[in-house]
Order: sequence, then C-alpha cells, then structure tokens
Amino acid sequence: MDIINWISQPWHWAIGGLAIAALSISMTLMGQKFGVSSSFKVLCTWAGAGKRIPYFRIDTKGERWRMLFVAGGVLGGVISAHLLRSPEPVAISDATIQYLAGLGIDYPASDETGMGFVPTTLFNFANWKGILLALVGGFFVGFGSRYGEGCTSGHAITGLSHLSLPSLVTVIGFFIGGLFMTWLVLPYILPYFL
Amino acid sequence: MKNLAFFLIGIPFGIIMTKSEVISWFRITEMFRFESFHMYGVIGVAVAVGAVAMFILKNRHVKTWTGVEVSYTPMPFNMKRHLLAGSLFGIGWAITGACPGPMWVLLGNGFWVILIYLVGATIGTWAYGAVADKLPH
Repeated sequence: MDIINWISQPWHWAIGGLAIAALSISMTLMGQKFGVSSSFKVLCTWAGAGKRIPYFRIDTKGERWRMLFVAGGVLGGVISAHLLRSPEPVAISDATIQYLAGLGIDYPASDETGMGFVPTTLFNFANWKGILLALVGGFFVGFGSRYGEGCTSGHAITGLSHLSLPSLVTVIGFFIGGLFMTWLVLPYILPYFL
Repeated sequence: MKNLAFFLIGIPFGIIMTKSEVISWFRITEMFRFESFHMYGVIGVAVAVGAVAMFILKNRHVKTWTGVEVSYTPMPFNMKRHLLAGSLFGIGWAITGACPGPMWVLLGNGFWVILIYLVGATIGTWAYGAVADKLPH
C-alpha cells in the first residue's frame, strides 16, 4: 500500500514536529498532559517503594492512563520495527559518524545492527562496562526528571507550548548537563567503556 | 474506556517517536554536538505549533473530555532546582541518548538492552524519592 510506504520512509523534521504537536494537542483535549517520566514513579510505587518513602504513596489508579499510554508507545515501537521499517538507516551527519568512529563507536547502519538507533558496540549485553554506563545514564534520567517534575515531553514540549518559565529554565538545564557530558566528559571516557 | 483511548493514542506516539528519529542515540549526540538541525527542527516545530494551538484553546475556553477548560498551572519557580534537576537529566540524556518516552518506544523496536535504561531510570526515581526532602525545591 502506498500510504504504508509513505509512512515508512524517513520523515522530514517538520513532519516529525507537527506530528508531536498533534499528539500533545490531542492529549490536552483528552484531559491529560503529555508527559512520560512519571511512569517510572508508578513503577516504583508498584514495586513497593511506598512502604518506606511517603513520596511513593500515591493512588496509581489515577496514573493508569499514563501506563496504558506508554504501553501503547511500546506497541507503536513494535509496529514501527515490523510494519513501518525504513528502507534506510537514520541519516546521521558525517561529522558525527566520524567523531564517534574516532572513539571506537560504530554507526550501526545495517538491518541486523539496528539501522542507526542504538550504539550497539557500546550498549549490548556482552559488554558489562557498557551495561554499567547505561544503568548510570538511566539513573540520571530518572533522578533528574523526577526532581525537575518532568522530562522532554513534559517540559520541552508541553511546558514550552504553555510558555512556562520553569519549563524553559529546566530545558536550559537539559542542555547544560547534556553539553557538559557531550563535550567535556564522554569524549574522554567512552573508549574505556567499550 | 477513557484509559483505553490513551492506550490507543500511545500507538501513534510510538510510531511518531520512531519515525521522527528522536529515539536515536545518534540523533541526540548529533544535537548536542550541533552537527545537524534535525532535533532542533523537530522540537522547534512541535513547540511552535503547540504554543499557537494551546493559545487558541485557552483563548476560546475550549473544554477537554473531562469537561474542564484547557488550562496550565506552571510549577512554582525555583531557579536553583530547575537548573540542577535539568542538568542532572541532561547528563543522563547525553549518555543514554534517550529520554523517557523514547526508552519505552525503543524497547518496542526490539532493543532489549534498553531494559537497562528503564531499570536505571526506575532506580534513579526511587533514589530521588528517598532524598527529595534534602534537596532545594
């Protein structure tokens, strides 16, 4: 079908941005705000974190919509990988590919290696150092998003759409942390994690 | 029933995250290295269109499904907290190349190693809950 082929090809950034806006507007009209990171708080509550920590004593019934939303997101990922697979890998700039090659990180452009989504040379179950780094990275994402009450969806998309100042400062923080890591830390430590 | 609708809208969410390539670790590295406009384009368009839409929805007092008008209450402003929390998140974002939404979507795309991100993020959330009262808010 033509429409399937059309969706499957790599999207222009403007199409991606429009689609994300449509999603956040739809969710607003459905009475909720586009936000994902609170799903981790619900996981903590489900795992019994509320026994010792009052912060996690929440009624997860009110968060059921969010967990169903992320479950739908997982299914959307499955559909993308199987039915809407792009014929080409993610078109990363040559400068980035060269820079990463210099650190020993391959650009996984083939179908088997994942079409440019995850740096499989670094993050794979056979590389315990990479797994440790992934765990630390995930920790910062979880800690930072809860402390800041939101992640990219809640602050960069929803918050900025409402011209919220706390969201703007938080997004500036995302870049302070991200630029610090990308320019001053990762180039020096990544080779040791391979 | 309404919860089911959120599951259904989650499906295009997963597809959009994948097809707009924001789930790619390489796109995030490229963004922080300023070597491509892609991520800035995606987020910029999403925010610009979102801002116009939210303005119209609020201005016309449009009601949501739940019968209340579209509104937004920003969290209380605290410069130190936003910068610190944002920076911690940014450190994680640069390492994992995935924010929370993409983590879930990548898992659906069949990258099992992303389970480690999700475990890390859940532990990080737990740790925040444990020390929250000692941090500036």
